[in-house]
Amino acid sequence: MRGIAVTTEKNMRIYYRKAPVVIFGLLFPLFMFVAFFIGRELEIELFFPAFLAMTLFFTSSSVGPLITPWEKQARTFERLLSYPITVGTLVLGDMAAGMLFGAAISVLVLLVGVAFVGVGISSIVLFLAALILGAICFASMGVLLAAPASSSPSNIMMLSSLIRFPLIFISGIFIPLGELEGLRLATSYASPLTYLVDAMNHAAGGPTSMPVVVDIAVLTAVSAVFLMAATAIHKRSLMKGL
Amino acid sequence: MTSKAYALEASHLTKSFGALKAVDDVSFSVYQGEIFGFLGPNGAGKTTTLRMLTGLLTPDDGRVAIQGFDLQTSLVKAKMQMGVIPEVGTIYVDLTAEQNLALTGRYYGLSRERIAQRTKELLSALGLYDRRADRVRTYSKGMRQRISFACAIIHEPSVLFMDEPTEGLDVQSRRLLIDMVLELNRKGCTIFLTTHNIEEANALCQRVAIINKGRLVALDRPETLRSSFEKTQSVEVSFDPPLDGDALCGGHVSKVETSGDKFILYTDDLHGTIEYVTDIARQRGVRILSLRTRGPSLEEAFVMLTESTSRGCVIND
Ligand SMILES: Nc1ncnc2c1ncn2[C@@H]1O[C@H](COP(=O)(O)OP(=O)(O)O)[C@@H](O)[C@H]1O
Ligand SMILES: [Mg+2]
Repeated sequence: MRGIAVTTEKNMRIYYRKAPVVIFGLLFPLFMFVAFFIGRELEIELFFPAFLAMTLFFTSSSVGPLITPWEKQARTFERLLSYPITVGTLVLGDMAAGMLFGAAISVLVLLVGVAFVGVGISSIVLFLAALILGAICFASMGVLLAAPASSSPSNIMMLSSLIRFPLIFISGIFIPLGELEGLRLATSYASPLTYLVDAMNHAAGGPTSMPVVVDIAVLTAVSAVFLMAATAIHKRSLMKGL
Repeated sequence: MTSKAYALEASHLTKSFGALKAVDDVSFSVYQGEIFGFLGPNGAGKTTTLRMLTGLLTPDDGRVAIQGFDLQTSLVKAKMQMGVIPEVGTIYVDLTAEQNLALTGRYYGLSRERIAQRTKELLSALGLYDRRADRVRTYSKGMRQRISFACAIIHEPSVLFMDEPTEGLDVQSRRLLIDMVLELNRKGCTIFLTTHNIEEANALCQRVAIINKGRLVALDRPETLRSSFEKTQSVEVSFDPPLDGDALCGGHVSKVETSGDKFILYTDDLHGTIEYVTDIARQRGVRILSLRTRGPSLEEAFVMLTESTSRGCVIND
């Protein structure tokens, strides 16, 4: 437990300020927002929950991929491994750093939304649950993306963008799930982000397509799978690039 | 729990990378309070061994116990006993010296007060207290190494591991580091260090293990090993007209190698061998074309130790 907290704090101190986190975590969702919502006759309140989900997705998954490759390249990783902690501790500490980053930025975005756009949240409890679960889920995904890493942060950031970017197009953000059919609908169900979007819509009283229990269950299950996979793969590639 | 006489016990450590056996069936024990040296040329398997001893690398075979804690079953407890300075591992350049020390201290579960106290003690002793709030990015290599050392001992480990700690350091930093290590050892800390520097191993260590190509070839007190190294001094000589190598066997010469028209005579007595060579030249009526002496060679010492069965004079072409 102590190891997780110390690792989280270390990550927050060092990695929140790194350029790739700022670019891929903050500027990217902002750019997407500007590109897709501004200047179109879309009702912003209607799409706000989806946008919030997208922000949470990008921010929380942007810290994880950076940490391990960066530590390997900066040659701090070997010493970190010599501390009295396990790989599981490191994975959870990296995940927590991403989760807190994503949750904090998303809350900020929500506050801006409430203040200027007149967005309403109908269930605070549900919103918080979706926020935390979504943050855990996609921060874990970020850590998983870093797992096979050797020591090249830029390669891993590229790879993780290649994987993250397509997800936002198949997750009911720009086109509500209700308007999709057949293969496109099936692809959407395969994206974990879809369930976060749906859960956010539940919380905000927007258009939903699944019971909220399903959303919560899927996000929880996917988080667990990501975390376990991340731990297993990290263990195997621990000494790569040292 | 195993015997408390040993701070570290390693048995049958083996590690392969693909077809390469980097460490091959290495066993040894380090006494409490000992300074133990692990000496070998580059690529001998020192770092690989140290990584297995510190729980970073899982051996293919064999076991390690630190203060009686088996690495396989009590990894975290064993790690609490250790301080580690990796070969190329550095501290966080984005953090200040103080922050680096605090981070390490918290990983080992030290209280806030204890961390503050140790930070002051260590940074003062290392002459860096005034720079404590500067980011490590702005430090010189020697200063970083000192902070790295401070981080490794902030929790007062009972066993300190160092992988070629003095490599690439300036004289002043090296001296300071060695003094700190000796001081730490006086207080009871067991030291395990790797090096490829014979002098350093001799000067610092109570016992030295020598590893070559993944295998332990000797383990003894430095005084005993010194004679092995002294045998690796050599005289390089050529004659006109050329002589046969057999003619040079004898006296203090333990081994003769030919290289082009030159002979390399390995010996533990340079003076005696030079006299011996000139005697032979006089007896045979040949001229000495060139003659050069060479100091002890680590590489040659490893070869000799590995093939230590051969006594007397060996001729290699
Ligand atoms: N991660 C690794 N993958 C493949 N080969 C390795 C790895 N680490 C070390 N080796 C090889 O193992 C041998 C021993 O290396 P090492 O333990 O670093 O030697 P030393 O520290 O004595 O110089 C070398 O031949 C090295 O190339
Ligand atoms: Mg080495």
